[in-house]
Amino acid sequence: MALLEVRDLHVEFDTPDGVVHAVRGLSFDVERGSTLAVVGESGSGKSVATQTITGLTRGARVTGSAVFDGTELLGASEETLRAVRGARIGMIFQDPLSSLHPYYTVGWQVAEMIRAHDRTVTRAMARERAAELLSLVGIPRARRRVDDYPHQFSGGMRQRVMIAMAVALDPALLIADEPTTALDVTVQAQVLEVMQQLQDRFGTAIVLITHDLGVVAEMADEVVVMYAGRAMEVAPRRELFYHPHHPYSEGLLRSLPSRGEPGSRLVPVPGAPPSLLDPPQGCPFRPRCPHAFADCHDQPPLRPVGGSPDHLSACWLPPSRGTTTGEVPAPAARELQEAP
Amino acid sequence: MVRFLLRRVLQGVVVLWLITMAVFALFYIAPNDVARTLAGRQASPETIALISHRLGLDQPIWKQYLDFVWRALHGDLGYDYYHQVPVTTIMGAALPVTASLVLGAAVIWVGLGVTNGVLSAVRPRSVTDRSLTVFSLFFYSMPSFLLGLVLLYFLYYQLTLHGLAVLPAGGYSPLAGGLGTWLQHLLLPWFTLALVQAATYTRLTRGSMLDVLGEDYVRTARSKGISERRVVVRHALRSALTPVVTQFGIDVAGLLGGAIVTEQVFSLPGLGKTAVDAINQQDLPVIIGIVLFASTAVVVANIAVDAVYAVLDPRVRLH
Ligand SMILES: Nc1ncnc2c1ncn2[C@@H]1O[C@H](COP(=O)(O)OP(=O)(O)OP(=O)(O)O)[C@@H](O)[C@H]1O
Ligand code: SF4
Ligand SMILES: [Mg+2]
Repeated sequence: MALLEVRDLHVEFDTPDGVVHAVRGLSFDVERGSTLAVVGESGSGKSVATQTITGLTRGARVTGSAVFDGTELLGASEETLRAVRGARIGMIFQDPLSSLHPYYTVGWQVAEMIRAHDRTVTRAMARERAAELLSLVGIPRARRRVDDYPHQFSGGMRQRVMIAMAVALDPALLIADEPTTALDVTVQAQVLEVMQQLQDRFGTAIVLITHDLGVVAEMADEVVVMYAGRAMEVAPRRELFYHPHHPYSEGLLRSLPSRGEPGSRLVPVPGAPPSLLDPPQGCPFRPRCPHAFADCHDQPPLRPVGGSPDHLSACWLPPSRGTTTGEVPAPAARELQEAP
Repeated sequence: MVRFLLRRVLQGVVVLWLITMAVFALFYIAPNDVARTLAGRQASPETIALISHRLGLDQPIWKQYLDFVWRALHGDLGYDYYHQVPVTTIMGAALPVTASLVLGAAVIWVGLGVTNGVLSAVRPRSVTDRSLTVFSLFFYSMPSFLLGLVLLYFLYYQLTLHGLAVLPAGGYSPLAGGLGTWLQHLLLPWFTLALVQAATYTRLTRGSMLDVLGEDYVRTARSKGISERRVVVRHALRSALTPVVTQFGIDVAGLLGGAIVTEQVFSLPGLGKTAVDAINQQDLPVIIGIVLFASTAVVVANIAVDAVYAVLDPRVRLH
């Protein structure tokens, strides 16, 4: 059994304009100790989906199932969720400055995480542990810096603080929502490296939300390509990069920037994503799809395509398409060769 | 931080200096006879001559101004010819009354306002939120003299009529004369002042909390698995209090110069009532004294608010 199994997740918000159906039938698995990358354009529901799993989406209608380590999280009591949050699932977010409380020292904020789940830990012990954690994520002179405030750190160092906090209790899963988007290019690589090292050392599974296919190439084992609240394609990294099946994934890969300019946002295919208020019938990608045909008026299910059994795509095009074309977009191939 | 506060103090000194100039110009360089104005309407020619001499009105203007400031700095706010005592004596008697009224009411309105604001913000558009909004707007739109009279009617007049004479009709009883009677005399004035003020604080706290609850660091706090209560109080309210502190400084300072309406309704001999009486009697030295005190209170409160900011927010403190 996978560490996290999400099945048919739906999330709806009531807004003055109508019901926003932000996540519509999303399913994916996260294996223990592995990295799942979630990619997709802005507004495709990546953040909403992952935050719903830990009960952080407020005022939404949620259906479906998310079983984490044998426990159903959707609809679980606040008590159950609180025991999981922080202790079993750590989270880091896009902007480390706004994600840390400006009025408390970083040491206090890390220590709070520790004491929240174990009241037997004294303040002094928690502070000591916080210093160790800060040093573990590569903050220089950590022992002296525990009493500094977030604004006294650089962007990359702040994100390291967030990571230290998120992994303080050795969680089984780390959800990182665009952890490097707000950072300088040079710093991005360092932060990813810290996460990679922690995973190697503690076997933490990672859900990595990103816009950056370069990051995917470097970090991911599995990839979920999201579009309009759904998974369009789920595949092992290599499979996706070499044999993309879904035209949307193809578009993403084609738009991959060359090595010189990583970090650019995904603007893969001409056109805009559909409105979540009133989505079109059938395949949600149809208005932008260069291969659309008659069948696409029905909604395609996520089904196995191509060589590998864990390669799924929600597209009516023939399953063989990914394997037979064998066509790898040049920049994607370059990424893969250079990835570790 | 020290430099930041020093700058604020210097600014405050400059403001106070401008105020003394304005007050001096208004009352001393008036087109009419200063000594006569100061002495009051019924003063004899001898008194007026005496005042002229005492104030050095034969001196050049700049010398007069310097003397005025010099005396004020030494706590000499002049002599009240109407009551035949120094102005400071009059104010010294009135200040404890106003301070008791304002500080006691402040405790109530901050407690009530902040609590209600937080309760509203935690469940926006809920029944609690809507009821508290109605409650706030009711008192917000009610003039305090009316509220005072209503409270007096029910809690003094009707109770006394039914043989429950617990609360007095008005007046003040000093704390030194016993805690019980002090409380008895202040209870209605406190609530009159506090209920009206609390409405502002409820709205202010609610708005500020709603902003802060949407902040990323509140989401981080929730993602740590700490209790919702702790998220709201330790993480959200801590930041949301900043605008409340500002408003509090302004309000307390403003009211310390005299809570005029409340003091009138409950016949409390505080600074506000003293000022009104002084104006009616054209008792200028007392008016000048209260104006100077009130402006000083506002200036000091502003500096205090900045100091509290620095304590609350490390970004200010460590700058
Ligand atoms: N509380 C909410 N109320 C109403 N709509 C919401 C709410 N939260 C999110 N949405 C909507 O849900 C959709 C998905 O948002 P989400 O933040 O998950 O996108 P995302 O894929 O993470 O995008 P980005 O890459 O920009 O972070 C968006 O259209 C957003 O406007
Ligand atoms: S189902 Fe049709 S419209 Fe949708 S992606 Fe496939 S080919 Fe394009
Ligand atoms: Mg997002």
